[in-house]
Amino acid sequence: MMNTMHIASRRDFLKKALSGAAVLGAGGGTGLLAAAEQSPAGAKSRVAIAHDALLRGAGSTPGSSVDERRMLALLDRAMQALFDRDRPIEAWKKLVRPGDLVGLKVNTLGGRGISTNPQLVEAICERLQEAGIKAGEIVVWDRETEELERAGFHISTSGNGVLCFGTDRVDYEQELVEHGSVGSRLSKILTQRSNVLINVPVLKDHDGAGVTIALKNMYGVIHNPNKYHPNGCDPYIADLNMLPEIRSRMRLTICDATTAMYEGGPAYKPEHSWKNNALIVSQDPVALDYTGWQIIEHKRAEKGLKTLEAEERAPRYIATAADQEHRLGTNDPKRITTVEA
Amino acid sequence: MFRELDAQEGKSFDSCSERSLCWRSLDRRSFLKCALASGAALGLGEAAQPAAGIPSEAGQEKQDDSHFVVEAKFYQKLQNRKIKCKLCPRECTVGDKERGYCGVRENRGGTYYTLVHSRVCAAHVDPIEKKPLFHYLPGTTAFSLATAGCNVNCKFCQNWDISQVRPEQIPAEYVPPARIAELAKQYSCPTIAYTYSEPVVFSEFLMDAADAGHEAGIRSVVVSNGYMQEEALRTAYGKMDAVKIDLKSFTEPYYRNVVSGQLKPVLDSLVTLKKMGKWTEIVYLVVPTLNDGDQEFRGLAQWIKTNLGGDVPLHFTQYHPEYLLKNLPITPVETLERAKAIADAEGLHYVYIGNVPGHPSQNTYCPQCKRLLVERVGFTASQMLIEKGACPFCHHPIPGVWHV
Repeated sequence: MMNTMHIASRRDFLKKALSGAAVLGAGGGTGLLAAAEQSPAGAKSRVAIAHDALLRGAGSTPGSSVDERRMLALLDRAMQALFDRDRPIEAWKKLVRPGDLVGLKVNTLGGRGISTNPQLVEAICERLQEAGIKAGEIVVWDRETEELERAGFHISTSGNGVLCFGTDRVDYEQELVEHGSVGSRLSKILTQRSNVLINVPVLKDHDGAGVTIALKNMYGVIHNPNKYHPNGCDPYIADLNMLPEIRSRMRLTICDATTAMYEGGPAYKPEHSWKNNALIVSQDPVALDYTGWQIIEHKRAEKGLKTLEAEERAPRYIATAADQEHRLGTNDPKRITTVEA
Repeated sequence: MFRELDAQEGKSFDSCSERSLCWRSLDRRSFLKCALASGAALGLGEAAQPAAGIPSEAGQEKQDDSHFVVEAKFYQKLQNRKIKCKLCPRECTVGDKERGYCGVRENRGGTYYTLVHSRVCAAHVDPIEKKPLFHYLPGTTAFSLATAGCNVNCKFCQNWDISQVRPEQIPAEYVPPARIAELAKQYSCPTIAYTYSEPVVFSEFLMDAADAGHEAGIRSVVVSNGYMQEEALRTAYGKMDAVKIDLKSFTEPYYRNVVSGQLKPVLDSLVTLKKMGKWTEIVYLVVPTLNDGDQEFRGLAQWIKTNLGGDVPLHFTQYHPEYLLKNLPITPVETLERAKAIADAEGLHYVYIGNVPGHPSQNTYCPQCKRLLVERVGFTASQMLIEKGACPFCHHPIPGVWHV
């Protein structure tokens, strides 16, 4: 299954990145899909939600690990629904092509309780390889290697398999990049190890931002996320996602909503989490965040909690990300097509 | 070792705003050199430099967390394992496993910790004039140190690569308070200076180092933005022998937009320091078009005169493009001279121009007889005539701490 590992030189990488950019700029005829904001005017954003009540295996107890085969099937259903394809491989081939360097940005702050599930990441890697990506050209990453380990990931910095390590192993770029309120150094994993970014966040409440799903997961890409928590992280989250180094690479968000949290985030609070057994997939991170927010609000109402708005921590950053200045996607429910897989 | 480094490299500034033509910022390269030199001087190992782009199995040298993690002093426990930081006016409410705005304090299970106690990322022997403290032991040197972190985010910060990073992102050495005092003594420094980044965020370390220093007969001075809650200020800076405050502007919009802070708490801190009887000097970095209006200079000088008195030294210093504010020119010397003229006219007795080597307004003159009392060349006091705290010519008292 695994191919020879290849650590791309900076020159190789730039060549690939440039060819990727050229493809993206060439429009829809190339077969590669671009980010949501490059969709034709008036087009709706699709968000696919796939559920599997038996994801953790028949008769499994709460907290048990998920069934790998069912996770793969769940991912396939979500991807097929999103891209309206009969076979999963057709969906993946819309996203990547051989030679791409693919980064999977996971979220592992919440430890084993609420982090991106390693089984989901394995399923994604399997499909990426079927789509022609070499194992060694996939890197699973987050801020800290230790956090990845705590979340159950096996660290691998060399060899023929999929790589997995934190930015702490390679550092951040020395140069600052800026957009609006944000001035930061980017992870070298993003800038030097990937030309395609697949965002694999979780679905949870956040005491500052309101929720943390797709867009806020990019805080793990920069060296100074602590500077961007005031004012409900607004407009920082939107500005951060505008950075060309992030925006040009972002192809897809696969939100791991198998375990979700409606209150008390971002740290794991078992008393406020639930087994949602779902994946939420979209190419529009704003539409995905809006949809995820509604799911959290629904659960809060079910639990008798106030809305985030009533708690004065509604995720305002979502509207900012959708505004005329940012156009990272849409937060207008009329322009979001939600597909239940 | 430190002296050599200082003389040859001399690349760090004592605040996020200080810079001169001959002293450039503590860039990463010079920092690493300094850190390595520091390590050597301290008898410690070399700091690891991360490999670019290619991970190693070992990765960066792991800094031993347990050395540096000490429970924070200024915070309040809240429900659901949250805490409220009471160190600075920002009052971050921090959830479990999260950090405050400064990036160097972390909530671990409902207890708040500083991650930078004894975690020294920069250390130099500097002239005290470089802080700048002009009325405090002129001609002496200060054993100057910093940890990572800052509680604001000035767009012009000269030392952003240590102030705007998390502690694990920068090489550091474990240098406990007693060792700091030893080193200061070893290098004949009568003072320890907490500087370069923002000492507010390493208050616990600063307090312990000051205690260790005092036990060894070494004084302590701090170079700070003054953005601090009163209780923390009184407790931490109560241990200081002198304080330099960066008053970055005299308007709230500037503090909000350029500093990511607030003006009023800084003014309150200055008043508190006055009440505490701390020797205090003020630096005002003049940024073209942003805080260089006559009205602002006048308001500033009037406020100082009214609230702190005319004897507080005020340093107008020159801005250089850096960090997130690179689109403005270097402050014209004429602007600095205009600022000084306004402050002089408002009755301040000791108004200096900084970061302009050779400018006569970096000298101290007697406000009564106008004679030259302290001549400075660069950061060196080349002539010091003050005797027993007074002008030797007319015997007018000159405020400050002039002799060890």
